[in-house]
Amino acid sequence: MLNFPRWAVAGILLPLLIGIFCAVPSFLPDSVVGHFPKFMQTRVNLGLDLSGGSHLLLEASTQDVAKQRLANMEEQVRTELRRGDTKIAIGDISSRDGKLSFMVRNPSEVDAAVERIRPLTQGAGLTGQRDFNVEVVNSSTITITPTQAGIDNAVKSAMEVATEVIRKRIDEMGTREPTIQQQGGNRIVVQVPGLQNPKALKDLLGQTAKLEFKLVDVNANPAEVAQGRAPVGSEVLPYPGNPAGPPVIAVYRQVMVSGEDLTDAQQGYDQRGNTPIVNIRFNGAGGRKFGQVTSQNVNRPFAIILDGKVLSAPNINEPILGGSAQISGNFTVESANQLAIALRSGKLPVALTVVEERTVGPQLGADSIKAGLTASIIAVVAVAAFMFVSYGRFGMYANLAVAINVLVILGVMGILGATLTLPGIAGFVLTIGTAVDANVLIYERIREERRRGRNVVQSIEHGYKEASRTIFEANVTHAIAGGIMLALGSGPVKGFAIVLLIGIATSVFTAVTFTRWLVSLWVRAKRPTEIHI
Amino acid sequence: MKLLKLVPDNTNIGFVKLRHWAFALTALLTVLAVGATFYKGLNMGVDFVGGLMIEAKFQQPPHLEKVRGVVDRLGVGDGSLQQFGDPKTVQIRLPLPEQGGAGAANAIVEKARKAMTAEFPGVTFSRYDTVSGKVSGELIQNGVLAVMLAVVGIAIFSWFRYEWQFGISTFVAIMHDVLMTLGFFAITQLEFDLNIVAAVLTIVGYSINDKMVIDDRIRENMRKYRKMDMKALIDLSVNETLPRTVMTSVTVLLALGALLLLGGHVLRGFTAAMMLGIVVGTYSSVYVSSSLLITLGLSPMGSEKRASKPNIAAQAERMGPRDDGARP
Repeated sequence: MLNFPRWAVAGILLPLLIGIFCAVPSFLPDSVVGHFPKFMQTRVNLGLDLSGGSHLLLEASTQDVAKQRLANMEEQVRTELRRGDTKIAIGDISSRDGKLSFMVRNPSEVDAAVERIRPLTQGAGLTGQRDFNVEVVNSSTITITPTQAGIDNAVKSAMEVATEVIRKRIDEMGTREPTIQQQGGNRIVVQVPGLQNPKALKDLLGQTAKLEFKLVDVNANPAEVAQGRAPVGSEVLPYPGNPAGPPVIAVYRQVMVSGEDLTDAQQGYDQRGNTPIVNIRFNGAGGRKFGQVTSQNVNRPFAIILDGKVLSAPNINEPILGGSAQISGNFTVESANQLAIALRSGKLPVALTVVEERTVGPQLGADSIKAGLTASIIAVVAVAAFMFVSYGRFGMYANLAVAINVLVILGVMGILGATLTLPGIAGFVLTIGTAVDANVLIYERIREERRRGRNVVQSIEHGYKEASRTIFEANVTHAIAGGIMLALGSGPVKGFAIVLLIGIATSVFTAVTFTRWLVSLWVRAKRPTEIHI
Repeated sequence: MKLLKLVPDNTNIGFVKLRHWAFALTALLTVLAVGATFYKGLNMGVDFVGGLMIEAKFQQPPHLEKVRGVVDRLGVGDGSLQQFGDPKTVQIRLPLPEQGGAGAANAIVEKARKAMTAEFPGVTFSRYDTVSGKVSGELIQNGVLAVMLAVVGIAIFSWFRYEWQFGISTFVAIMHDVLMTLGFFAITQLEFDLNIVAAVLTIVGYSINDKMVIDDRIRENMRKYRKMDMKALIDLSVNETLPRTVMTSVTVLLALGALLLLGGHVLRGFTAAMMLGIVVGTYSSVYVSSSLLITLGLSPMGSEKRASKPNIAAQAERMGPRDDGARP
């Protein structure tokens, strides 16, 4: 029991040294750690509550995705049935209760219509699973119902795209080390440390950035437009900054050019040099389309539409060739810059809303670190002093084990890239308190064995052996609680659980194995016949 | 050097004898705690009821009435104010608008910032949280689920590892600890948020740790002294482990005390909950779970019957070395 062969000593010291070594970068400034090779940059990340910053939970409406898909399907069906030599006339198109239904005017063409629609409803997957079910009801009405699998797939790919778009947008803002993760089916977590202005971030993520250019319908009756009615082929859109009266405007439904054809967008100023605008550049196809439309419609206004709202409706004074244009519309430098970023990173496939936000100012974060550090140091000193007056030399062994344990926990967190949060600091302090519990168990057991008349070596051996079993069982149950916190907890609970679990694992090693080795060194060197414990 | 011993050698307190009194007291306190939780309710933070929480730090300690006036004039619904230990820091809670999502919450924060700055120059918002009703509902669900799973999981573990009586007594004792903590929060009206769920889970973890140590000793003694009366045996086990129980509680309380006094206001509720939990957990180890074992009819004979079952090999590794008679 008290004999440690050389390999066992190596087995104890090596992991501890690695752990301590990995803890070192956490104490060094950025400038020093930056020169280390990648595998040695094992630092503990500070949570947002310590570093300051914003945590946002964004949610996409799955209903929106489904609705949009249905609208696309409607468009596809119209195009498909109008195509080619045998046009099939349809009517009564409606999309209600999440399904699309329409009537085929000539009942004898129903089968032909179904034949032509079917290829549109096939999923892209290898399994050939349908994205939509096509049914004929009442002999002349066809309904197209999205399948659950189809909706799930659409939501999944929309979320993937949305996550990428958000990543691009945040990177463009030049923020440091953002964390962007998908969570669950339709949520995205965004964490940006050290952010000074979360409002700008939210404004940026809040826009879908769907940009469209459409011609203004100048023939529409202004009185009807004001009441929200537009002629056939046109639609009424909100126009908050309309200089000519009501905040609405009628535009043709057809999209001239859309944001997908952009290659670049930059904030700039107009010719007079004082009004912020956004300069955009089209790709080849977009530039040609834009040139063509503007050539055909000189002296007519066109609308610049962002997320369904008209930003401005300038007149086409001359054909705009060459593939670049500018967007004006009551911008400040900041909002023009935001729009430029949003346009560069592409449009979000689905609108996102913030369902949870936590922002911590940098000052509070710094205060929390300071308070946490002070509390930890005082806790260590108090516990160490108490252990020393209770167990003397053995108390000091336990204290050494606790000190090493703290470093090893930091090292393991560094290796795992775990995040230290404020509750995590509480976890640390608690670990300091409970880590000595293992030693208390052992030492009390040794005291008991001595009282029962065993000699020194026997007492120590028995103490470690009997107590180890108890320690193991107690820690397993403790770990159950920690594991559940990690699995189910969110935010602060998780941060706490990580430290607790790592602490449980490392403290068993340091408090039992490591101190046993220290005790054995002392026993073999001094051969004590009496111990003071 | 004379070493400190909080519990003198050969302490022999008749814990079991007092168990009826203890049960009565425990029952009374539990009823009080449950009653308080139901009638007074918990002061749920925005984590659990949704809403907007702003923590404002002022240059000088402000008049709360003045702050309340500013909040009322915002016209965004009923606000509530709360102050922490630091007189310069005030927490303002506001309901979230039903519609409008992030933009609306943003607007309220900005509005509040403007109004506050006009009245109190130099005020800063050191943090703010907005949680929508949907998310807060999920957070409650997850919190309750986590605590229940932890309690049940641990009870099942001790049932498999020991006798069924241990499973039940542990379960009852831990439920007692959880209810006491809830009662504490209901009575003090300290804010109950996500951090407190972590604290409750930690109390569960610590309390079970404590019970395992005593249970383990009871089992060991049951094998050692097969003829001993169960009451005497439990008294012996609790007394034998008492020095450790006290020592560990003291070290943990020392560490938490440092956190309570110096750890900053954000963690204060969390630490207070944990310190209470340590005390309650220690009490329930001695009085609820151990004494309950007698009521549940645990006897050394029962464990022997189990040991004679075919799975004796599985039991053997847990037996430990035989006592070699070193005991006088």
